[in-house]
This record gives sequence, structure tokens and C-alpha cells, in this order.
Amino acid sequence: MVKRKTPMLDELEKGKWPSFVSDIKQEAESRNETDVDLQTPKEVCDDLLDLLELSFKDREGHWKHGGIAGVFGYGGGVIGRYCDRPEEFPAVKDFHTLRVNQPSSYFYRTEFLRKICELWERRGSGLTNMHGSTGDIILLGTTTPQIEEIFWELTHNLKQDLGGSGSNLRTPNCCIGKSRCEFACYDTQEACRNLTMEFQDELHRPSFGYKFKMKFDGCPNGCVASIARSDMSVIGTWKDDIRIDQEAVQAYVAGEFKPDGGGFAGRDWGPFDIVKEVIDLCPTHCMAWNGKKLGINNRECNRCMHCINTMPRALRIGKETGASILFGAKAPILEGAQLSTLTIPFMRMEEPFNEIKELVGKIWDWWSEEGRSRERLGELMQRKGFAKFLDVCGVKADPRMIKEPRSNPYIFWKEADIPGGWERDIKDFRKRHQK
Amino acid sequence: MGYDAKNPMKDRITDIGPRDYKEFLPPVIKKNFGKWLYHEILEPGVLLHVSESGEKVFTVRVGGARLMSVTHIREICDIADKHCDGYVRWTTRNNIEFMVDSEAKLKPLMEDLEKRKFAGGSLKFPRGGTGAGLTNIVHTQGWLHCHTAAIDASGVVKAVMDELYEDFGKMRLPAHVRISLACCLNMCGAVHCSDIAILGVHRKPPMVDHDNLANMCEIPLAVASCPTGAIKTTTVDGKKSVEVNNDKCMYCGNCFTMCPAMPLADAEGSGVAILVGGKLSNRITAPMFSKVVVPFLPNEPPRWPQTVEAVKKILNAYAKDAKKYERLGDWAARISWERFFEKTDLPFTEHLIDDYRFAYTTWRTSTQFKF
Repeated sequence: MVKRKTPMLDELEKGKWPSFVSDIKQEAESRNETDVDLQTPKEVCDDLLDLLELSFKDREGHWKHGGIAGVFGYGGGVIGRYCDRPEEFPAVKDFHTLRVNQPSSYFYRTEFLRKICELWERRGSGLTNMHGSTGDIILLGTTTPQIEEIFWELTHNLKQDLGGSGSNLRTPNCCIGKSRCEFACYDTQEACRNLTMEFQDELHRPSFGYKFKMKFDGCPNGCVASIARSDMSVIGTWKDDIRIDQEAVQAYVAGEFKPDGGGFAGRDWGPFDIVKEVIDLCPTHCMAWNGKKLGINNRECNRCMHCINTMPRALRIGKETGASILFGAKAPILEGAQLSTLTIPFMRMEEPFNEIKELVGKIWDWWSEEGRSRERLGELMQRKGFAKFLDVCGVKADPRMIKEPRSNPYIFWKEADIPGGWERDIKDFRKRHQK
Repeated sequence: MGYDAKNPMKDRITDIGPRDYKEFLPPVIKKNFGKWLYHEILEPGVLLHVSESGEKVFTVRVGGARLMSVTHIREICDIADKHCDGYVRWTTRNNIEFMVDSEAKLKPLMEDLEKRKFAGGSLKFPRGGTGAGLTNIVHTQGWLHCHTAAIDASGVVKAVMDELYEDFGKMRLPAHVRISLACCLNMCGAVHCSDIAILGVHRKPPMVDHDNLANMCEIPLAVASCPTGAIKTTTVDGKKSVEVNNDKCMYCGNCFTMCPAMPLADAEGSGVAILVGGKLSNRITAPMFSKVVVPFLPNEPPRWPQTVEAVKKILNAYAKDAKKYERLGDWAARISWERFFEKTDLPFTEHLIDDYRFAYTTWRTSTQFKF
């Protein structure tokens, strides 16, 4: 029976944007009517709505802090969640989440999705996130006894594993890549899958001091946001020249092709002006237009993608492609937000991806050895210094890794690099200099 | 057959990873993998990709709530079965993409999607999220499922997107605008590089549950968790506990993450901060952080009117004033932050001046300002 009274949430059914409240309600109705042998409380969606209404009224959340839940042998993939008013909302008393490792770039066959739905309707709340921030399919809310059942069915019937949570490798993620993007400089989907499979142990069994995220962007546009939110950001790039189709450039100038593939069509910006919109906006001023021909001084190009984004039918990424690898991005907790720092300007990204796997191994060894509890890689890099990090990676310093050289002279020299070392005789000094 | 609780390790399968994406690629995608030449946005939310082979794929992008029921997913499957040979995908920003391999299949798909509405009247599949416009808001769990949330997530997102709905389906902004929401500073949604970020913050130091702390927490971990060293051990009524130096607390909530006996959210103390001007793309300018321009707005369920209003003010000022291709942060940097606060009509207060680790790097160390 419908017991809920949710006047505040009902307000969120209005308006055009898809209403999550309406969606939860339709799931609640479906659970009331279904003849599926539900293994979780029938009223789970009703109680969730009532609980959320209470939060709206109180302006406070009503979930307890943490709680242990998981499957045998794994330390991650399940998030324990308990309601802090279980007597009033018994159907969401325990409401644990499972993270299910998404296939690269979120492509699905409906056959697979329907099996997930069947499983989650019967053994969970019927509510999901498609997808969580890190990338997993989030199965939102089930009871403790169901967790092993769900894992069994996932692995046996759906051939599908859980993702990461806690102090482990979090579920890697990637952009759409070569599947449907002409800018992809390497196969992000395969890189993501290959490294996910390589590091299954690190993903499922927390052995780190804190979380470690890796994400794979196909080009410097960065659609999967790796540079802001992953300890290792693998961002596609190229070394050779941008390919130019001069006839297509002419077509843009003539207004036959629309800039940004037509992405500005909602406003009248006037006719396309290649000088104003491309040449003058190039951050390195390495482009020229003489009215007939577009020139690019590729050696000076920093591959920002602006000209390619603007004229995708005329300009293409180079052919000598790979990835730049950057490390250390994180959100503000604790020492402030960090973007990833360029460490490997260029690496080829081809199966079996041995070079990057070896690099990851070196970094994890160092981080495990030196990192404090709950210290992200980026924080350790700051604490120990970038020079030390380069040493760990076995990479030589390069001006590409910095925005500018240091402005303070406090250089940590290595003793071995200084003639005579640091051990000196004060008596000898006194022979030459009185007190 | 199935899980046997008496024999949990029997036939256990582990470490098989995700399903192989190659099983899930639509045939036209599989065939033209790595061969795409260029793309066009035919209209808001409709993409065309053309391959070297001459083959084309048409994509219809629609927004979705990140929270999705299996009933809704089944409806998505029905649509994909009917129009897309049983294939569908999601984007990083919680949009859904339906792909077809010919233009003839496009119109019926679009019409089918358009007519579907939830019982409450909202659209199930609003088309848009492409080009120089607004796309879906990426967000976190909020009160619906998280214990550290300072604000709700889905509710705020719904309220903001209802108000900005027109810009989801129209490509009339100077550049892409990415709005993100994280319901606490842990930022599992990593909003710190967004054009507009809505962030849940606290303003009160943690309460300490002295009666229970020693049983619920590892005291050394709680002490060590504080980035400003505001927590030290103490004894209260003979029980081991911690005390918090309120003057040093910056309400980050890291202690609560480590120690459940130190809750800090409440109705008056917790609310919304707004940050602007971040970006991730390397296009023209380098990626940059978002900056705090509204230090605090109260939680106002169900529709967070002050938050919605502030976001609108920022977006409208940007849309009116920025140049083509200029991201919000590039616009603010060009016109100067003093002009930003003028044009957006947001009050500037001392709360917006950094006083954390690298504060000095954001102070003005020149005479180059505008009256």
C-alpha cells in the first residue's frame, strides 16, 4: 500500500527536466504490482521517498556513517549503507550499494541491460545510477543477505565483475575513443580494459594507502576529465603534423561548412572569420592564412585542439599518435585540489601496453613505500618533490614538465653531485679563518 | 543452481573484470572503429559521424537523471530494440545516446523519444547536450544515499536543470558550459574544474560524541585526519575522546570521514557554495580550477531558489558578454574579476579571498586593476 506523503518531493515532479522523483515513484508502483518473487522489501522505493522527504524537511541526511558490507575475498565494490531511522523506514534499514564495473565507454546491448534489470528488480531496490562519477554502474540499495547472491549471479550469469571502492585501484574509465570519435589518438577503450584486467587484484583487494584512479582520454579535449580527477591521466596526443585538407578549409571560409560541426548554430555569430576565430585564437600563434592557404608551423603547435575542433572536416590529428601521461590529480581533500602534472610527454599506446604497466608498477611501489595513510599520489609528489618522482619513474627532467622554472634558489643538491661531497674538516677551515 | 550460503566458496568466480566492450558495439561502430573522418551536429542533440568508408552513424543524445529505475532502463531498452537494433550507450555526463546507421531511421527515433513523459509531466528524454550549450549536470548522491552530504544532489540538479532547460536544447552560448555538483568537499563528483560548480559545504565544526567516540573511532586516525591540526586527544568524564579547536577548523569534514562520532552537517550550518571558471579541456587555454564566487547559500528544498538564481545570474552575464569560443573562466579572466562581480551582480566578501595553503598566489601583486 502506498503510505508515502511527499509534498516537497512532489514539487520536483514538475518542470521539463526528467524527474528522478517520478522515476522512483514508477518503480514503487511497479514493485507493488509485480509478480516477481522480490527478495528485498517491496516498499523499498516508498520508504526511500519518505526518508528523502524527511531529509528535505530536516535539511539533513539520514544515512549512518559507513558500515561493513562486502563479498568474500574482495575488499571493494560494495558500499555499506544503513538508515539512521530504521524503525520508521524499515524497508531501507540496510540499503547497500554495489559498484559494477562498466564496459569501456558505456556501450551496451539491451539483452545485457535487461538481465541487470531483472537481477536488480528481484534482489535490490530497482534503482541505479547510470552511472556513478567514477564510471561504474551503481546498483543502489540492497539488503545484506542479497550481496553474495547478487555477486554470484553477476559473475555466473552475466559474466560481469564488481568495480572498486576504498583504498584500492578504482574502476578505470575512458572516453568514447575510436568507437565514434575522429580525435582519438589511441584506443582508449582497449587501454582501459587491458589495464583493468591486468590489475584485477589491485582493484578488488585494497592494498594501498588510499584510492588510485586512472582514466584514459583520447585527445587533449579531455572528455573523461582525466586531468582533473585521476592519479594517472593518459591523454592522447600526436608528434607529427596536423593533416590539412586545403579544399575543406576553403569550404569553411566560404561558409559551406559550419565551425565546430555546427555547434554554434543557436545564435547568429555572423559569418565565419578564419582569422578572428582560428588564426588569432591559436595559443602559440603558429598558424597563418593568406586568403587561399592555411599554414601551420607544427613544431610550434601545442596541440590544444582549437583549430581541429573548429574545422573538423579540414584538419585532422597527426599520424604519429600516442599519449601524454600525467600524474597526481585529485579533488580538494586534503591539501587542496590538484591537476595532473605532465610526466611522460609521449608514450606509444599499443597492446599489450607493457610500458605503461611497468611505469604504474614503479609508482605504486614508491607510493606504497613512502605514502602516508590517506595520502594521494599527487600529495606525495608535492611532499617529496617532482625531481624525486621523476627518479622513481626513471625519467629525465624536461622543460615540458613545468610551467616555468623555480623562482626560489632552494635547490636540493645531491651530495654525490658536488665535488668533494659535504664532509669537511672544520679544523682545516680554522687554519685559514680565525674565529 | 545459485549461491550456496553453506558453501560460499563453491564455484566462486572472481577477477573476471567488466564485460568486453567489443561485444556491445553496434555493427556500424564496430565496422568503422578508428576510421571516423569528421562529425557534424545536425541540430541540438543530433550528431552525425562520417567514416572513411562513407558510412554514417547518427546519434540522438538525450538527457537523463543519473538516478534511474530499472523500469526506466527497460523503457530505454525497448526504444533501443525498436530503433537501434538493441544497442545503446551512456555518456560520461549521464546522457543517453541512441545510434542509428541511416538518416531514415533518425526521425522515427526522435519522434518516439519526444513523446515520452513521466506521469508527473516531465520529459523522459529531452534532446540536447551538444555544442556551445549546456549539457547534463554530473553530480553525486546527496541525501538520497550519502552520509557525508551537506546538500541534496538530485533535487538541486533537477531544480537547476528545469530553470536552464532551454539552454540544454539550444546551442546559443559562447562555448560549452559544464555544470557539476558535489554534495560535500570529498567531491566524488570532482567538480573543481567546472564552468559552474555547485558544492555542498559546512560552516560548523564537528560535534564530538564523547560518550561513544572511543568505541566508534581510532583516535590517532581522527587526530591525524585534520589538515589544520585542530584536533587533539582529551578525556571527558573519564572517557578517551578528542577536542576540536574551533578557530582552526575549516569544516572540511575529513575527521567525520575517519570518525563517525564527529558529525558536522546540520540545517543551518550546511549549504551551497558556488564556484566558477574551471575547465578540463586544453582548447585555447590550459585546464584550470573553478574559483569560489558565492561562499554560502542555505539549503532550500525542494527547489533551492537562491542557488538556482545565482547560477542563472552567472550564466546570463556570461552568455551576454563573452566572445565566441570563450569559456566562462577565460571570460572572467579577460574582463577581470572585479568586472565579473559587477556583471553578475554577485556580492564580493572577504570569504572569497583565499587563506589556505597557496593563498598568496591568488592575491593581486600588481597595480593592474580596474576602477
